Amino acid sequence: MSRTLTPSDRSAVLQQNRAGRGERFLRALRTPGGAVFVLLVALLAAIIAVNPSFGEPDSFIRFIGRTAPIAIAAIGQYFVIVSGEFDLSMGSVVTMQVITAGNLIGDDDAKVIPVLLLMFALGAFIGLVNGLVTTLLRVPSFIVTLGMMLALLGLVLFWTGGAAQGNPADSFRQIGRGGIEGVPVLGVIPYPVIILAAVAALAFWLMRRPYGRTLIAAGDNPTAAALTGAPVWWVKTRAFMLSSLAATVSGILLVGYAGVHPSVGRGYEFTAITAVVLGGVVLGGGRGWVLSAAAGAFALESLFTLLNFVGVQSTWRDSVQGAIIIVAVAAAAKTWQRKRKGTAAPAQEAQPPKKAKQSEHHNGTTAR
Amino acid sequence: MRNQSIRTAVTLAAATSLLALAACTTDPSVTEDPGGSAAASPEATEQEWFDQALYDEQFEQRTADFVGDPEKPYLQYIAGEMKDTSDLAVEGAQKVCFANASISNPWRQTGWITMNQQLKVLQDSGVISEMETRDAKDNDNTQIADIDYFIKEGNCDAFIISPNSTAALTPAVERACDTGKPVVVFDRGVETDCATTFIHPIGGFAWGIDSATFLSERLQEGDKVVALRILPGVDVLEHRWAAAEKIFTENGIEATDYFTGADPTEIKKIISDELATGDVQGIWMDAGDGAVAAIEAFEDAGKDLPVMTGEDEMSFLRKWKETGIDALAPVYSNFQWRTPLLALEKIFKGEEVPAEWVLPQEPIPADELDQWLELNEGMPDGHYAKFGGEDLPGYPEVWQERQMP
Repeated sequence: MSRTLTPSDRSAVLQQNRAGRGERFLRALRTPGGAVFVLLVALLAAIIAVNPSFGEPDSFIRFIGRTAPIAIAAIGQYFVIVSGEFDLSMGSVVTMQVITAGNLIGDDDAKVIPVLLLMFALGAFIGLVNGLVTTLLRVPSFIVTLGMMLALLGLVLFWTGGAAQGNPADSFRQIGRGGIEGVPVLGVIPYPVIILAAVAALAFWLMRRPYGRTLIAAGDNPTAAALTGAPVWWVKTRAFMLSSLAATVSGILLVGYAGVHPSVGRGYEFTAITAVVLGGVVLGGGRGWVLSAAAGAFALESLFTLLNFVGVQSTWRDSVQGAIIIVAVAAAAKTWQRKRKGTAAPAQEAQPPKKAKQSEHHNGTTAR
Repeated sequence: MRNQSIRTAVTLAAATSLLALAACTTDPSVTEDPGGSAAASPEATEQEWFDQALYDEQFEQRTADFVGDPEKPYLQYIAGEMKDTSDLAVEGAQKVCFANASISNPWRQTGWITMNQQLKVLQDSGVISEMETRDAKDNDNTQIADIDYFIKEGNCDAFIISPNSTAALTPAVERACDTGKPVVVFDRGVETDCATTFIHPIGGFAWGIDSATFLSERLQEGDKVVALRILPGVDVLEHRWAAAEKIFTENGIEATDYFTGADPTEIKKIISDELATGDVQGIWMDAGDGAVAAIEAFEDAGKDLPVMTGEDEMSFLRKWKETGIDALAPVYSNFQWRTPLLALEKIFKGEEVPAEWVLPQEPIPADELDQWLELNEGMPDGHYAKFGGEDLPGYPEVWQERQMP
């Protein structure tokens, strides 16, 4: 963890970072965060090979549209995982928001905006509680968010008795179900696609801001990050809030896409975590790209679609998901580790005294 | 560094298996789907649940004559063996204990509301003092514990049991019978006939026959039907599919079945994927929960709406009316939730009751759609048209507000 660069290493790192675009691109593809894009392309190609009509622009854009909620959830989960924590409450937040929309909006168009604001406030509040309990009370996030998951599920059960209620006004459902009609080639651009693009752009921008850098540093080594003066507790708490807000956006899209049902959002936290892990983000924090997490969600959904097309029973789905988590974590952890060891080897021989973790930062830039 | 080689080996192994995972799914040899239904539902399941004798019996019962006033279908039954209950006759108001499987779907919730309104009537007339209810929340173990609690500490004068699952609850129901008190079982069955009476609509096979026959009459040989099923392992649901699958196979209709957990997200994905693979002419459902999502998937994909069978849930009936699709609403008579309390009233008086109380179960065809929509105007989407509580106190507000105790 603590080492400095000798001048020769530094020049090697600089050279690596100044390599040509093509070379940097190829190198990025060899990291887990880049490999997921290769996997995604391969899966999409396989689906189109099995079922050519899937590749037509209008069905493809619809596929993106219906995957948007899980991709947005994965982006939210990324913030928490990269900061070294977990958010297991995500699925329950989705469910709760779906039920909130169904019960509070009803058929009244005028209530759409106030309830939307309420839902975002509720999402931010849940994230705040998760974050503060984790950082200030030092309860492991695994436990905090597990507790939150059960508490919210209980609330939903109490509120609904476990059965579907009526759908909210169509104007609200349009957010997740409608789109811009009459677009050339595509036919229609579903609103979820636009919202996903906006969320992805925002997340990308945020990760390049000081906040994003600090978040990764806090995930990699909270002590070191705190020593540099970063308010780790607040950085992490905001990550939890981003996660709950992402779950809220997913919930809003799902109300439109599917309708109100207490089963909507079930298992979302695990699908999101699987997607993030498949995107090469290291559990435990400090490594991974935000857009790879979104790509992981698409790869996962593509895999399920492919399994569906080739006639594999849907009951296998959970087993596939479980296998992916294990394999992806093993592959990602080992690859990152090898990368670190490889570049750090000369520096380690020098056995320097404890200093800041510069090499991490430098050698990480290509990987983030 | 000494672990380097081990780590590399692990990495390679992990990477290879990931590749293998991806590779095996892209293998073109598995893309030829050998008859969708066979792939989606193993042969064993079908044989386990299909029962020719029961199928034939329910086929006949669909057109049987029912004893009793057609205005009160919840008291009608098919003539058969009657049980003498003169030794169970008692004086005064009795305490009833109800072990409920769950109220976790709109069908059970609607029935639960109706049952409570029926209870009020019987409390006012001095037949029942109180009803203690335990909700097992879809869990066999919880329900077994609930029944044992009732037996030991419930101070119950009679038991009503709506079993969560067939085999697991049989011993507990037998223990309740051993108390010598009246035991009324309704909805899902158990593997014992020790209960004073077992109340249920005709059954799952009748549902499957009605719905699959409707679809088969309207579709051509070789047409594709997607069957959306809630969950495996529950007899009343498995029987519906067992009968439907038999009829689809006989008529050369290609039916693929999926378990959805009634999750509308799942239903939409399934239909979208099916529509991306090829045209779908029919939708068959083993319960109406989520029917609207299925129709919406066709609308969103811009495809012709299918011929469809749903259920008498208001959301489906309304969507049916709105889209004008060719549809049928099979009914698993929700009014059966009134019958157990009314059966106990008879038993407390010592009047005979049918040993197996088979209630009518008639689907809603297109020409009755307007009538049922009108009768249930203002009811929420999760309400069931044939709930049979129009003459009970609190109608219609209690059902409109879905007030559950």
